[in-house]
Amino acid sequence: MTSPQTMAEKILSQKGNKPVYAGDLVVVEVDEVMIVDSIAESVFQVLEKELETTPKYPERVSIVIDHVAPASSVNVAKSHQIARAYAAKTGVKFFDVGRGICHQVLMEEGLAFPGAIVLGSDSHSTTYGAVAAFGTGMGATDIAIAAASGKTWLRVPESVKVTLKGELPAGTSAKDVALEMIRILTADGATYMSVEIHAGDRFTRGERMTLANLCVEAGAKVGLVVPGGEILEQYAVPDWVYPDAGAKYVREVSINLSSLTPRMSIPSYVDNVEEVSSLRGIRVDQVFIGTCTNGRLEDLHAAAAVLRGRKVAAHTRLLIIPASSQVLEDAMKDGTLLELIQAGGTLGTPGCGPCMGRHQGVLAPGEVCVSTSNRNFIGRMGDKDAQIYLSSPAVAAATAVMGHIALPSDL
Amino acid sequence: MARVWKFGNSINTDDILPGKYAPFMVGEDIFHRYAFAHFRPDFAPNVKPGDLLIGGKNWGLGSSREYAPMALKRLQIGGIIAVSYARIHYRNLLNLGIPAFESAAVSALEDGEEVQFDRNAGTIVRSSGELIRLPPPPEFLREALEHGSILEFYKKYQRFPGERESDPSE
Repeated sequence: MTSPQTMAEKILSQKGNKPVYAGDLVVVEVDEVMIVDSIAESVFQVLEKELETTPKYPERVSIVIDHVAPASSVNVAKSHQIARAYAAKTGVKFFDVGRGICHQVLMEEGLAFPGAIVLGSDSHSTTYGAVAAFGTGMGATDIAIAAASGKTWLRVPESVKVTLKGELPAGTSAKDVALEMIRILTADGATYMSVEIHAGDRFTRGERMTLANLCVEAGAKVGLVVPGGEILEQYAVPDWVYPDAGAKYVREVSINLSSLTPRMSIPSYVDNVEEVSSLRGIRVDQVFIGTCTNGRLEDLHAAAAVLRGRKVAAHTRLLIIPASSQVLEDAMKDGTLLELIQAGGTLGTPGCGPCMGRHQGVLAPGEVCVSTSNRNFIGRMGDKDAQIYLSSPAVAAATAVMGHIALPSDL
Repeated sequence: MARVWKFGNSINTDDILPGKYAPFMVGEDIFHRYAFAHFRPDFAPNVKPGDLLIGGKNWGLGSSREYAPMALKRLQIGGIIAVSYARIHYRNLLNLGIPAFESAAVSALEDGEEVQFDRNAGTIVRSSGELIRLPPPPEFLREALEHGSILEFYKKYQRFPGERESDPSE
C-alpha cells in the first residue's frame, strides 16, 4: 500500500516504476527533450565531445529556432546553420524560424501530454504542466545527457497546493492569477518544489499554460495544473496523474478569484507585484504583447477587444509577436491582426522577440516597457537602465492606448 | 589567496550573464568577458583564478542558461558560496563542476577580503586566522561530486546520482 501522493509523486512513481515520495531520487525515461537555438551548439558539443554519441531516441528530441529568429547577426545565423545540419544528420525533429516559441510549438504538436516527462533547455518548460505533463527546465549538459541516455535523474519535489476558488471578474485574466500566485509564493517560495494548481474546470489550455509558465518564477521545478475543463476533452488523462486525497503538502494557498484585481510586476523582480490601479500614469515607451506566457490567440483577442476602434498613443510603440505560426494564421483568419494593426500595432516573427533582450524591439536607456512576458530583471530586455512592468494582454493594450499605465476600464 | 567578491540576495542569471551576451550572440571565445556586465562591470576585468563569489538567497534564479555559470568557469573562479540556490542553476553548477556550497556562515566576509579557500576540505581561512567550515554537499551528490562533476560521473559510470549499479530501472 502506498500513502496518498501528490501529483508530482504520482507521475514520478508511474514513470519510475516504484512508489516515490518527496525527497526520493528517481531516474525516469524522458518522453521529450527540447533544445532551443541559443544553447543548441553547447548541447551538440557535450553530446559529441564529452559523451561521444548522438541522441538515443532521435524521435524524442526537438530543436526549436525561436530565441533569436530570424537570425540577427552572422554569429546567430551560423548557430542556426549548425542546428539545421545536426537535425538533418541525426533525424531529430526540427522547427525552423517562424514556427514559434518552443513551448507553444511542443504543445501544438502534441509532444507534451498528461503524464509525459518533458525536459526543456528553457526555464519556462514548467508550461507543459498545463496539460499535466511533468515539464521542467534544465541546462545544456543535463539536456545533452538526457538526449544521449533517454533518461534523467530527479529529486522528487515537495509540493505546494494552490487552490483557486470563485470566478474571475471582468477585466482580469489568468495572468493576473499567476502574478498574484507569485506575489504570495515569492521568488524562492517554491524552490525545488512542485506547484500543484487546483483550478477545477476553470481555464482553457492556453490560460493553464500561463499559470504553469509563471510557476518557475517562484523557483518551482514543475507547475502542475490538475486536469479539468477542456483538457478532459482534448487529452486522454490517465488516472495516475491525479493527486490523491490526503496527499502531503508543505504549504497550501487559496486564491479567491472573485476579489482579484489586475496586477503588475514592477521593476525588477517578478514577485514585486502591485495592483495596476496604484500604478496609473507611469509613462510608457513600448508595449510588448507576446511570449510563451501571453502570445496565444486568446491573448491577442483580449488585446484586440481593448484596441478595437482606438489608436495607440503617439509616443508609444505597440509590438505584437504571436507565439507560433498557428497563432499567426488563426489571428489573421479571424481578423484579429487587422484590428491590432489598424490600432497602430506592428508585428514580429513568431518567436521569443525581445523578451531576453537580443533583438526585435530591445529597450534604450531610461525607456519603460509594459510587457506580457515573464521576467522584468534589470537589463532583461536591453539596456540596464530600461524598466519593465509585466501585465496581462488587456492591461498592456489599455496602456498602449493611453501611453501610460492604465486599466481597460480607464478608456 | 582568493579575493572575495560579495553579492547580495536574488542574483539572477541576467545579472550573471545578460542574454544579449550569450555565446551564440557575441562568440564562443569572448562571452565570458561579459560576466556581470550590467550588475558589476568591474568583475570580469579584475577577477583572478581561484577567486570566491559570496551570494545571498536564491543565487542564480531565472534562466536555464548554462553559459552563465560557464562564463564564471571560463574565468576560473574558485567557487560560489550562497545562502541558497535556484534549482536549474544549481544543477548547472554541479554539471560544470563549479564548487557550490550552501552556507550563511560566510556573511561576515567582506568584499575585497583575501582568504584561503580549500574546495576539497570545504574550509575558508581569513587573514585573522579565523576558520570557517562549509557544510558538505547533500549526501546524494557526494559520490558523483568526488569525480568533479555530475557529467564526469555520468561519463565514467553511465549512471546518475542516487542510481545504484544494479538498479532495475537501468
